[in-house]
Amino acid sequence: MDTKKFLKELCTNYSVSGHELSIKETITKSFEKYADEINTDRLGNIVIFKKGKNNDSNIKIMVAAHMDEVGLMVKSIEKNGYIKFTNIGGIDPKTILGQEVIVHGKKPLFGVVVSKPPHLQEASESNKALKLDDLYIDLGYDSEKLKNYISIGDIITINREFRELKNGKLTCKSLDNKAGIATMYEAIKELMKLDHKADLYFVCTVQEEVGLRGAHTSTYGINPDIGIAIDVGFGSTPELPKHKTIELGKGPGIAIGGTIHPKLREKMVKIAEKYNIPFQYDISPSSTGTDADAIQLTREGIPTLCLSIPLRYMHTSVEVVDIKDIENTAKLLAFFVASITEENLEGLLCY
Amino acid sequence: MLLKRLTEASGISGNEWEVRNLIINEIKDHVDDLKIDKLGNVIAFKKGKEIPKKLMITAHMDEVGLMIIDVDDKGYIKFTTVGGIDKRILVSKPVLVGDKKIPGVIGSKPIHLQMKEERDKAIEVDNLYIDIGVDSKEEALKYVKIGDYITFDSRYIEFGDNLIKAKALDNRVGCSLLIELIKEVEDISFYGVFTVMEEVGLKGAGPAAYSVDPDICIVLEGTLCYDVPEIDSHFIPTRLNDGPAISLIDKTTLFNKALREKIVEIAKLNDIPYQYRKSSMGGNDSGKIHTTKEGAITATISVPCRNIHSPTSVMSRKDYENTLKLLKAILCEYKKGEFTSGI
Amino acid sequence: MEFNSKLLKGLVTTYGPSGNETKICNYIKEQIENYVDEIIIDNLGNLIARKKGNGKKIMIAAHMDQIGLMITDIDDNGFLRFTNIGGISPIVSLNQHVIFENGVVGIIAMEPMEDISKIKLSNLFIDIGVKDKKEAESLVNIGDICVYLSHYSENENVIFTGAIDDRIGCYVAIEAIKRIKNYKNDLYFVFTVQEEVGLRGAKTSAYKINPDICIALDVTGSGDTPKAKTFAVGLHKGTAIKVKDNSILTHPKLRNVMINIAKENNIPYQLEVLEYGGTDSGAVHLTREGVTSGVISIPTRYVHSTTEMVSKKDVLNSIKLLMKLLENDLNL
Repeated sequence: MDTKKFLKELCTNYSVSGHELSIKETITKSFEKYADEINTDRLGNIVIFKKGKNNDSNIKIMVAAHMDEVGLMVKSIEKNGYIKFTNIGGIDPKTILGQEVIVHGKKPLFGVVVSKPPHLQEASESNKALKLDDLYIDLGYDSEKLKNYISIGDIITINREFRELKNGKLTCKSLDNKAGIATMYEAIKELMKLDHKADLYFVCTVQEEVGLRGAHTSTYGINPDIGIAIDVGFGSTPELPKHKTIELGKGPGIAIGGTIHPKLREKMVKIAEKYNIPFQYDISPSSTGTDADAIQLTREGIPTLCLSIPLRYMHTSVEVVDIKDIENTAKLLAFFVASITEENLEGLLCY
Repeated sequence: MLLKRLTEASGISGNEWEVRNLIINEIKDHVDDLKIDKLGNVIAFKKGKEIPKKLMITAHMDEVGLMIIDVDDKGYIKFTTVGGIDKRILVSKPVLVGDKKIPGVIGSKPIHLQMKEERDKAIEVDNLYIDIGVDSKEEALKYVKIGDYITFDSRYIEFGDNLIKAKALDNRVGCSLLIELIKEVEDISFYGVFTVMEEVGLKGAGPAAYSVDPDICIVLEGTLCYDVPEIDSHFIPTRLNDGPAISLIDKTTLFNKALREKIVEIAKLNDIPYQYRKSSMGGNDSGKIHTTKEGAITATISVPCRNIHSPTSVMSRKDYENTLKLLKAILCEYKKGEFTSGI
Repeated sequence: MEFNSKLLKGLVTTYGPSGNETKICNYIKEQIENYVDEIIIDNLGNLIARKKGNGKKIMIAAHMDQIGLMITDIDDNGFLRFTNIGGISPIVSLNQHVIFENGVVGIIAMEPMEDISKIKLSNLFIDIGVKDKKEAESLVNIGDICVYLSHYSENENVIFTGAIDDRIGCYVAIEAIKRIKNYKNDLYFVFTVQEEVGLRGAKTSAYKINPDICIALDVTGSGDTPKAKTFAVGLHKGTAIKVKDNSILTHPKLRNVMINIAKENNIPYQLEVLEYGGTDSGAVHLTREGVTSGVISIPTRYVHSTTEMVSKKDVLNSIKLLMKLLENDLNL
């Protein structure tokens, strides 16, 4: 499947943390012709295995991209068919007002987030940021009927179409981190053309947005020699300081900092330079805030890398990425893993 | 002198190679097994009398510092902090940039030119920069690059009555104690572990404990000391010259009561002064170690350090010596095998 | 099933703050030792009681520790200063009685304050009624932990007392241990330590047991008191099946099995979406390669005070649900 089409299918479906099952089929169907084996573990992480060529020593590289997205959850069913809701993962309540939503109950229900008309507001109110507790969702049924369709704990997502902007930019909800999954997809296709000695484990992790939970358990299970997290990074926009962001269209951010193995990072940079792949540095002295943090500290410690796809407006329903960055990240990832051999690995890992 | 070399070496969290090499050189002829694990922790094993409960003694070797995030067109370096640093201590300090230790300074706007509001406000890290004396970005990039680590430029100085001033006493003092134990204690088996990245979230300790899998662990630290006059005694975490500080509780561990009481008993028996670390703030490697795998019993013993996480930390040689004495007495008891009964 | 007030009273009045759970551990051990096949106390002090069976390893976790106050300083006049062990509120603490492991009783008092809304734990001190430091030191050491001293009361609907968090979970587990016969799996009942300071005992005991499935038993809040924040859980409305808190999103398949079992057996239940807090399952489900985990919560008012309140019916329904769950083969 075309990577953009695959990405669109992922984004327009839903996979809020803890409820990733509904995109499992799209992922397994797309990956299966490139994979030797696909498994799902207890927490729901999808592990796509691609065997290395003549890998007698059994080097294992784990590539992880989280497949969950932030979202909302029904917390109570109120009178008049209104519901109240909480957030799953970090959501700015300001971005929820005026949205169309889908409540994923026994059947998907359309609804809208209720707002107080400006006419009824005190003058001071319009200057105040709303909290989730101030908001209701209107599902258009009375409460009794509603209880037949939905229950407390049901997932809610924002109703958002996938669109293309100018110059290869794409916008939708949940590009964080469906863009990462698409990158792995693009990379595994690329790897069909390359020889790679290492056994590769592409892991679509669950529950990253609520605490890197899937990465903890999947890394423990795989126990790789190298872990590489693929996630999105803060794309530069006018209001953000330059040194805290990476720019769209200028290639993957290669993370630097305590989470990252210094020699492997240098190797990654050399590969980018060798194959003329644009890249940027993404500075995170202590933690990256991605699955890399969990991978690194598993068992006796795992040498870890992190690549970030630049993304604007993180955790909103109008996230923006550049398809070129996905392609370049995939290329860099593929060339990097193909470059790891039993002969060079030990030298790369020693301090 | 060991502590001088340790504190003057660089080793910011995630970039510990210099201090690690120094430590390895010190201990390599005194241990039976030595490895650097995948995160850079140094795991040393001393073979001697086997005691049923496996003992690990740890000290983190990393220190807080700074990191380059950008270089501007004029060649000024923008940076961020690595580990917990009070932004107010940064201004007007000399620093060393990168592995080549290029000297630089963090300057400030002259007081004459500051508006009244500026005088009253702490300067944000975002508004500080390092001057290494170059005229352009191109020139700066000949010497430094984005991602380089920056340490305080601060020498080891002895002063006053047995006091020592240096940077990174947290936790080179722990490293120094552990090195001395490894060199001097010959007759029992134990693991000596120098961990990485404690200051950025206790990162090295978990994997190290996973691999050693100890039953008992003693964490050596340089800890908070704030004993200026006119504060109530319950706000004083530790006092200088009152002896090794034994931890009760911090954000990451409720220290095992039986082990703590045993240590106090040993101190009393050997006439070694001791104090409790009274603050419940902060945390250390014990937090990860005691909950790794099936869990371990832990204690933390610290040398009190004033001005922790600054270029001018201060400790007392007397406290150091008493801490070393206490540790040796503990190992002596441990060797008898009864140390762990009832724990 | 009768409500066993004697057992609950014993549980809530036995001393056992986080890090010093020996007394409560011994008390629980006495209650269950004739009903289980094996008892282990692990490195951190978790009490692990096994009812052997074939099939999957099921861990049932209830934490036996309670919140407390640790003494950090004794002044010249014998007044004690303290730090919190777990979630201790200065407002709740003011003027409470406290009791130490050795039975010494004290009261919590406050320094003079102009604005009481700014009260912090450091403004409070404990008065144990001594004349000076020396006398204080003969009764209490730095590092000792005391707990709130509270009364046990009940009427036909509810219990009100301290330490219901989480002795009520221990109660549910003990009652199930005593009664359950036709269980289908290999059961590990774990009375965990140090939950209140960060789910620490659950983490190490789960590593040791390496279970396939975990069910934690703990209190949750209630949204049915005047002006309470929206929360669709209340007293007398049944046991609560957790959907989420800050430590876990419970496994959807296990959660559905719990819901179906409740429905089939006419056990009233509520679904719990908690916007704060965490419980032992949060640590257990991330252990090793991951553990399929859920939580049975007991709706509780006024958590972490000296007068926590639960409904007897909800508690009995929680026991029922747990037993039915353990009698199921739990093939998910």
